[in-house]
Amino acid sequence: MATAAHGGEHEATTTGLNHRKMLMWAFLGSDCMFFGSLIATYLVYKGKSKGGPQPIDVFDIPVTSVSTFVLLMSSMSMVLAYSALTRGSLKGFRIWIASTAIMGMTFLAFQVFEFNDFVNYEVHFKCEEVGTGSLTEFEESFSDRCVDGVDEVDGIHDSEGNNLTGLTPKTNLFGTTFFTLTGFHGAHVTLGVIWLLSIFFYSFRRGRVTPERHLDVDLAALYWHFVDVVWIVIFTVVYLFGVFEGF
Amino acid sequence: MSEDTQAAMQHGERKEAAHPSPLTYVAVAMTLAVITAIEVGIFYITGLGHAIIPVLVILSAGKFALVAMFYMHLRYDARLFSAFFAGGLALAAALVFALMWLSGFF
Amino acid sequence: MTMPSLAIPRPVHPTGVWGWVTTIDHKRIGILYGVTAFVLFVIGGVEALVMRAQLVQAELDVVSPEMFNQLFTMHGTTMIFLAIMPMGAAFFNYVIPLQIGARDVAFPRLNAFSYWTFLAGAIMLNGSWFLGGAPNAGWFGYAPITGAAYNPGHGIDFWIMSLQILGIASLAAAFNFIVTILNMRAPGMTLMRMPLFTWMTLITAFLLVLAFPVITVALIELMFDRFFGTNFFVPGAGANPILWQHLFWVFGHPEVYILILPAMGIVSEVLPTFSKKPLFGYPVVVLSGLIIGFMGWMVWSHHMFTVGLGPIANSVFTITTMAIAVPTGIKIFNWLGTMWKGSITFSTPMLFSLGFITVFTIGGISGVMHSQAASDAQQQDTYFIVAHIHYVLFGGSIFALIAGIYYWFPKFTGRMYDELGGKITFWLVFAGMNLTFFPMHFTGLDGMPRRIYTYDSAMGWEFWNLTSTAGAALLAVGIAALIYNVVSGWVRGKQAPGDPWDARTLEWSMSSPPPEYNFAEIPTVTEVDDWWASKRRKDAAPVIAGASEDEGHSIHLPQPSYWPLVVSVGLLIGGYGLIYHYAVAAIGLAVSMVGVYAWSFEPVNDPDEGSGH
Ligand SMILES: [Cu+2]
Repeated sequence: MATAAHGGEHEATTTGLNHRKMLMWAFLGSDCMFFGSLIATYLVYKGKSKGGPQPIDVFDIPVTSVSTFVLLMSSMSMVLAYSALTRGSLKGFRIWIASTAIMGMTFLAFQVFEFNDFVNYEVHFKCEEVGTGSLTEFEESFSDRCVDGVDEVDGIHDSEGNNLTGLTPKTNLFGTTFFTLTGFHGAHVTLGVIWLLSIFFYSFRRGRVTPERHLDVDLAALYWHFVDVVWIVIFTVVYLFGVFEGF
Repeated sequence: MSEDTQAAMQHGERKEAAHPSPLTYVAVAMTLAVITAIEVGIFYITGLGHAIIPVLVILSAGKFALVAMFYMHLRYDARLFSAFFAGGLALAAALVFALMWLSGFF
Repeated sequence: MTMPSLAIPRPVHPTGVWGWVTTIDHKRIGILYGVTAFVLFVIGGVEALVMRAQLVQAELDVVSPEMFNQLFTMHGTTMIFLAIMPMGAAFFNYVIPLQIGARDVAFPRLNAFSYWTFLAGAIMLNGSWFLGGAPNAGWFGYAPITGAAYNPGHGIDFWIMSLQILGIASLAAAFNFIVTILNMRAPGMTLMRMPLFTWMTLITAFLLVLAFPVITVALIELMFDRFFGTNFFVPGAGANPILWQHLFWVFGHPEVYILILPAMGIVSEVLPTFSKKPLFGYPVVVLSGLIIGFMGWMVWSHHMFTVGLGPIANSVFTITTMAIAVPTGIKIFNWLGTMWKGSITFSTPMLFSLGFITVFTIGGISGVMHSQAASDAQQQDTYFIVAHIHYVLFGGSIFALIAGIYYWFPKFTGRMYDELGGKITFWLVFAGMNLTFFPMHFTGLDGMPRRIYTYDSAMGWEFWNLTSTAGAALLAVGIAALIYNVVSGWVRGKQAPGDPWDARTLEWSMSSPPPEYNFAEIPTVTEVDDWWASKRRKDAAPVIAGASEDEGHSIHLPQPSYWPLVVSVGLLIGGYGLIYHYAVAAIGLAVSMVGVYAWSFEPVNDPDEGSGH
């Protein structure tokens, strides 16, 4: 009784709570401070960029809504995997945990797609819109390209064909803070996917993933849901608020 | 004080046995999806202006709470876990607001 | 073997060096922490001595200005992250499981990982001397002077990477001790029956867990600025370098309580033991510790009064900073009350604890002086601040840690130190410390700025600088006496009984040094200072002088493992890789991943090995 067996959940502890689960929750509390600091940096610098694309230029809310939806549903799938395991259905568990990992990878694919899109962001507008208020500030800054005989501005490149209007981490404070915040969230998702896949493949070894050892899955699930709630905050604070000046 | 805490913890541990059914989980997922749809929906209603911000904050806080309570089982689990998480969360939120205030954001 | 895929046999009861490398015994890890931290403390001290030599007179040329910048940066970083914090960790490791009646910490392998990762961070930082120059921007590394534009070369990179690695070590240890203290107490040991040192460790662990992510993010941002050309602290891009100061001090102020709370815990153990009285107002001391831990988050901008945050922010942080002196003052009165009418023995740990109270109080008073934004404007960045931090960190933390070394020395080593030598050590260190740092109040109020490598002879600072340097030499002699005293006691001190001080807490209820399994039988606790009480009730089990083989036979301890070391080595390789070449970083990541997987799949106990019983 001196030490609990690996994965044993009914070890005698002072609080009656499992060591590993307590560590997990302490870690999640700590990770709140990690993302809190990154979000604080993002908000402190919001609207302070000098030049370069702003959130309103690059964000595509419908696309991000879809990826947000996928991540939310992966949380449901994760909890159903855990539920299936505790009810003794290893097959159900495998299906749900695999679908969770797949949805996680889908979310990551969306993020790669989005990052790529931002890096290659190009300015397009019709010259008749100049001064009408329907262009963003960033687009208006190129309005001097609308000279006689030019009806629309179609991408802005230098003499070597490099895109001059893309958003990278170097472009401005928005790029710096946005890519760092969402990038670290993406790194958390990546780690989660690796963790889930590891458990998935491990479950094919007899007796390794069982209802009695549900804690192994429980911990991965807690991590996964945490990554999900962080995204709930990012989606609202970064994306939906993105278009508001000041706040 | 400590006896109380421990009794509460053991109480929490007992409750853990009664996890909700998969149907509850699906219902929570549907609620999450609907709230997200509302968020994106009102986002496109122009004219709300900055009034949209508190609305969005409340809606996303609701989503956050649903996931934490049901999917992370905090509703059924030991209060100590909720305290760990809420403590980190509250301090992180305070940090965000303090830094925004000190940087002249408001 | 349970892991046929990894055809490396698990270490089983290794001996010698290999035994230390694979150990997961909290007592051995505590010794490793303590010895390593002390070596680094000496290195940091030598750096300070070189600086004192440079400043002994005006316009000297002992070291170059560039070297001086590196010296004060390395001195500060080393003392805070590589000496005081890990010395505290040494006591957490050795003492906490014994005080709460546990056989080990909750996660023994994670504990080994903490130590090896700390060592990796120490190597990363000190290796910079040999790899093109040490960091040179102060231990707080203010932006933008740490940016690539103003600080080329790898010094700052080593500083960033070592602090990140040390952060991982501290976080892992803090999680471990939170779970250990909350979850592994002996039956009957409720929170309000825990020894004070355990309480202060618990609060410290929570501060670590919440404060380190903030510095981690700040360092990541700085690293990205340097490595990838981002704009976090680049004023030209619209960034505000003050953000660095905020993030750093949001971490930095809780950090000073991370450094002082364990010290307060040690003193709260030593004073009752040598006064033969229970701690006066135990619940109040606990509560004031909790208040300090909470309020420690609301004061950070007192480091930034001269930044220009405006009158409202300065007033708010002035008030909170003055307020936080109250719980600290309460503790001091509790310590005085503990000694009141006690039958006091002035042994070495007691002397250091009394030294702590005296000197720490002076440091506290000078702290309240610059809690006033207006007054601080005069003192900011002068030697007055240097005097203050050394009164609280040397006179506070280090005095208490030395008190702890002497107090638990019989328990750690099984031998007694020489009491006369201990007393001589105390007076040398006490005199040297005050002679070094008290004059800095004067030079500071006289306007001498910190971090300058020399000064003009017309400034009139020479006398007090000479005094400080003389004090530093005396202090060095004192530390040498400490080393001599400890080493000679360890080698040929007379055998220590289990409870040489007639002490109060559970670690004294067993032989010195404790058997590998700590407690043959887990005690049941019925009140605060249960060991003391049970001695008075005469129901105390006699202390076993040396554990017989049979007794530990049926107690199953976690087995040694080398995977924690593998993960730490991977982190070190990865850190160098990020600085020099990303391919190396990938190798480091791969090594760590292998370690993590092997660790996850390695059972805590090998079933085959245990089948003999
Ligand atoms: Cu401070």
